[in-house]
Amino acid sequence: MPRIGVFVCQCGNNIAATVDTKKVAEEMAKIPGVVYTCDYKFMCSSPGQETLKQAIKENNLDGIIVSACSPHMHEKTFRKASEAAGLNPYQCEITNIREQCSWVHHDKTKATGTVKSVDLTRMTIQRLKKNQPLKKIKIPVKKKALVIGGGIAGIQAALDIAEGGREVILVEKEPSIGGNMARLSETFPTMDCSQCILTPKMVEAELNENITLYTYSEVEKVDGYIGNFTVTVRRKSKYVDEERCTGCGECMEKCPFKVESAFELGLSKRKVIYTPFPQAVPNIPVIDAPNCPKIQKDKCGACAIVCGPKCIDFKMEDRLETVEVGAIVVATGYQLMPNERFGEYGYGRIKDVISGLQFERLASSSGPTGGEIRRPSDGKVPESVVFIQCVGSRDEKKGVSYCSKICCMYTAKHTKLYSHKVHGGQSYVFYMDIRSGGKRYEEFVRGAIEHDGAMYLRGRVSRVYEKNGKIIVQGADTLSGSQVEIEADMVVLATAIVSREGADGLAQRLGIGYDKHRFYNEYHPKLKPVETVTAGIYLAGSCMGPMDIPDSVAQGSAAASKVLALFSADEMAREPITALVNKVTCNACWDCLTACPYTAIEREAIKDRKGNIVRWVARVNDGVCQGCGVCVAACRSKSIDLKGYTDEQVFAAINAF
Amino acid sequence: MKISYYPGCTLNTVAKQFDSSARDSALAMGFEMAELRQWNCCGATFPLAPDNLMGLSAPAKVLSGARKEGDTLTTLCSVCYNVLKRTNKVMRDSRDKRGVVNGFIEEEYDGSLDVLHYLEVLRDRIGFDKVKEAVKRPLKGIKAGAYYGCMLLRPFEDMGIDNAERPTIFEDLLKALGAEPVEFPNRIECCGAHLAMNNDEVVTRLSGAVIDSATGMGAELMVTSCPLCQYNLEKSRGAAAGDEVPVIYFTQALGLALGQDLETLGFEKNATDVMPLLKKKGIV
Amino acid sequence: MKITLSNADVQSKGVARVERLSGEDLKKCYQCGNCSAGCPVSYAMEIPPTRVMRMLQLGKLDEVKAANSMWLCVGCLQCYSRCPKGCSVAAVLEAMRQDALREGADRVEVKDLPMPLLKKAPQQAIVCGFRKFVS
Repeated sequence: MPRIGVFVCQCGNNIAATVDTKKVAEEMAKIPGVVYTCDYKFMCSSPGQETLKQAIKENNLDGIIVSACSPHMHEKTFRKASEAAGLNPYQCEITNIREQCSWVHHDKTKATGTVKSVDLTRMTIQRLKKNQPLKKIKIPVKKKALVIGGGIAGIQAALDIAEGGREVILVEKEPSIGGNMARLSETFPTMDCSQCILTPKMVEAELNENITLYTYSEVEKVDGYIGNFTVTVRRKSKYVDEERCTGCGECMEKCPFKVESAFELGLSKRKVIYTPFPQAVPNIPVIDAPNCPKIQKDKCGACAIVCGPKCIDFKMEDRLETVEVGAIVVATGYQLMPNERFGEYGYGRIKDVISGLQFERLASSSGPTGGEIRRPSDGKVPESVVFIQCVGSRDEKKGVSYCSKICCMYTAKHTKLYSHKVHGGQSYVFYMDIRSGGKRYEEFVRGAIEHDGAMYLRGRVSRVYEKNGKIIVQGADTLSGSQVEIEADMVVLATAIVSREGADGLAQRLGIGYDKHRFYNEYHPKLKPVETVTAGIYLAGSCMGPMDIPDSVAQGSAAASKVLALFSADEMAREPITALVNKVTCNACWDCLTACPYTAIEREAIKDRKGNIVRWVARVNDGVCQGCGVCVAACRSKSIDLKGYTDEQVFAAINAF
Repeated sequence: MKISYYPGCTLNTVAKQFDSSARDSALAMGFEMAELRQWNCCGATFPLAPDNLMGLSAPAKVLSGARKEGDTLTTLCSVCYNVLKRTNKVMRDSRDKRGVVNGFIEEEYDGSLDVLHYLEVLRDRIGFDKVKEAVKRPLKGIKAGAYYGCMLLRPFEDMGIDNAERPTIFEDLLKALGAEPVEFPNRIECCGAHLAMNNDEVVTRLSGAVIDSATGMGAELMVTSCPLCQYNLEKSRGAAAGDEVPVIYFTQALGLALGQDLETLGFEKNATDVMPLLKKKGIV
Repeated sequence: MKITLSNADVQSKGVARVERLSGEDLKKCYQCGNCSAGCPVSYAMEIPPTRVMRMLQLGKLDEVKAANSMWLCVGCLQCYSRCPKGCSVAAVLEAMRQDALREGADRVEVKDLPMPLLKKAPQQAIVCGFRKFVS
């Protein structure tokens, strides 16, 4: 006969308001096998847990039920307490009588909540009788991490993991690390120069012994599970031998062909053999193969002729490299929505209508104008600049429904930069709301208005067009209730931040979730902000949603701390809720293998004494299995069961209803 | 090729030249505009309030009749086009409204008609390249401002004829005719529309701004696709700086380029005189 | 200007009626100003489009009714075409106009219309004008 204890929680008034907990406890005491019952104000409190432990010991209980809130809340708490009292933690089961019971009923007098609680708890008791003690699974951990994305979030994560003494591979798809931050001029709210604070970190990442940079590379395939990932990385051909290149730059000097620079967002040109910007890390040029006449038509080859160490190889091909890592940090960043979508603002047709990121390049001392604000069409210093916020953001019709979060701040910064660089120039900002939540952010925006003289207009712009060499901006100022027309020399659009092209493909390869905007999903928006649903894969930065530099850096560090915690032990323990194959009845139809979303099913050979293979059966890799139960449903011969949720347990519960 | 054609009231009265030049040009381009045997007024405005189903019955009656004569209906006036196309969409997409409206008009119309503007016929069924080939009297050297107005383009999800903010269909036609289209800022702004009835101040201001905007970009000729736009622009011309600029229907420009007799194009019916410009440019 | 707000204003039945007739949800408007920015007749309106939406949100139907805004709207749909929330001020004003016309508030007297207008103006202007201004 089992010896079961039942603990009914009142949860203050959360449960007790609609459920008669005392009655529930009394009813349970009548069930054979139940030797102890009680109800208590807060089971999760310290005294509550003590009551539980004491009852286990004094009554020599071999299984307990806590009828309380959702197991998401306190299953761990009560299992830990059970373990402390000497009980196998998987002999502790939770009945949810709060979220699915007390909260959905209104009236204690009608006793519906009480009746339902009695039913639910009784079902759990019958289920518990069929429980098997389980043991946590131990998995060996490879103490090496992979960081995908070499922007500020990825760099920070890599540096912190390396500082913690673990090896990191940092994969970046561009020829240099640095990401979008490398494009920025100054940063809000302190106005320190982006390059000046970023480049030391980039160099540190290059020099740190624990960090290996895989630039111009992309993740192609991800296999395995927490502690044991196997990742295939495509190392795109740079046509330059990284080992021998000294970074002298002679090849770029001599290359006679120029194309539009993607890094400069079309504001200037670069050579066909190039580094994206002067402070590139690593300082090794790559050849832009589609535009190189030597590679396409076997004409030219000037770079190879002038290269001293002879490190240019036009025949170089992409390589696939496989790396084994224990954890992955995803920090792939953001991009801007195409401005052409908003015809009324004239982007793409009027040369001096530019994006905010283009303005950053104009203001950057390493940019195409050397930091002077000159408009793209004729190089003239603009006497008036109109900034339009929320281009595509908060626009569920033509853009995205969310707020891009950083535009209010960087637009204020732009007006400051402009007023510092162009004396007497006037900036105008069309805004809907100013969102400046953050340390010293509101003061920064007020400074732009009060100190630097930016004219903020609350309203939208309906149309932008050219007239007599000026750009006419027509809009509204809702505060004065009037239409506004401004003759401007340049217009800057604060374009919506969207997820990276191909973000969904990478998520599918990694097995992590993403929302309808293709931003990656954190495990829990508040309490697990850098974890994903796939154990061992963490997130950092604006691949999760629009984010500023401080937040991205904080997340990079947070993800790194999660990785270091994982790497702190040689083995990691995880929940034993995995599938188990009955080898006797399995007939190797492999339906489970095709059904499993985590590739956790393997083929196992059954051999006779001489070592000949007699037949094949399915086997579950406990390290990979997430306990989703799809294979259980798929198995035709009913040879798979889910530990902790066996058919026997489930039927026992149903039959008890 | 024969395409059913709905002229609408105005093209039978004060905009006869719009109608005749379109029919003649169609024949020159190898298709016939077959006027519906029976038709009524479209209502001249699409009811914006969605419960105003009564307002849909007149256009639905036109559509239902047209469906019995073919699967495509073309029209010239932007307003008729707007009303018919949007009503057609309601009849196609909303089962509830279809039922009520069909009840009013005692028909069983399902919205299966293809409602096309004459410009769409030229672009999608004939092809502007074919139009270009057929040009006998290219409008060389004429800087022409194509005025879209509102009803041809908006709302985009119902009309779908072209990009609502940056349309090109009109300019593409003018280019095919040999003219130099001038893309001017106010080409998609309102002319004042029905306020012609009781508010000259607004109409003069809006239409004046349209003409100013076009002449400011160097336009010597305005081209329209709607009798009301035509009326408002011509009437307001005096108030605008571009006093000299003539306003014609796009079908007149088309007929002119296709080499039709000047008499059949009905330029004399326009309130503005285009002849001096045509002579100056050596086109006639 | 001072507005006194009561629950009766904020939960106004009259405004709810306008919402029903127009098919628009006034709560969606977050006052970005795009409609006023692009409206060709906003300059002549006693209450410009963005403020029309705001006043109705506040339940001030009578103030909007008393203004000339609904009689000036030309229905060009520029407001709707650019609204980030997909609202149509034109539809809201049309609903209010219809309501006013049903109460007999004709805006033009047919007999007062000048003969040259009736002779020269396109029928569509006359028909459309009647539908917008006469009950």
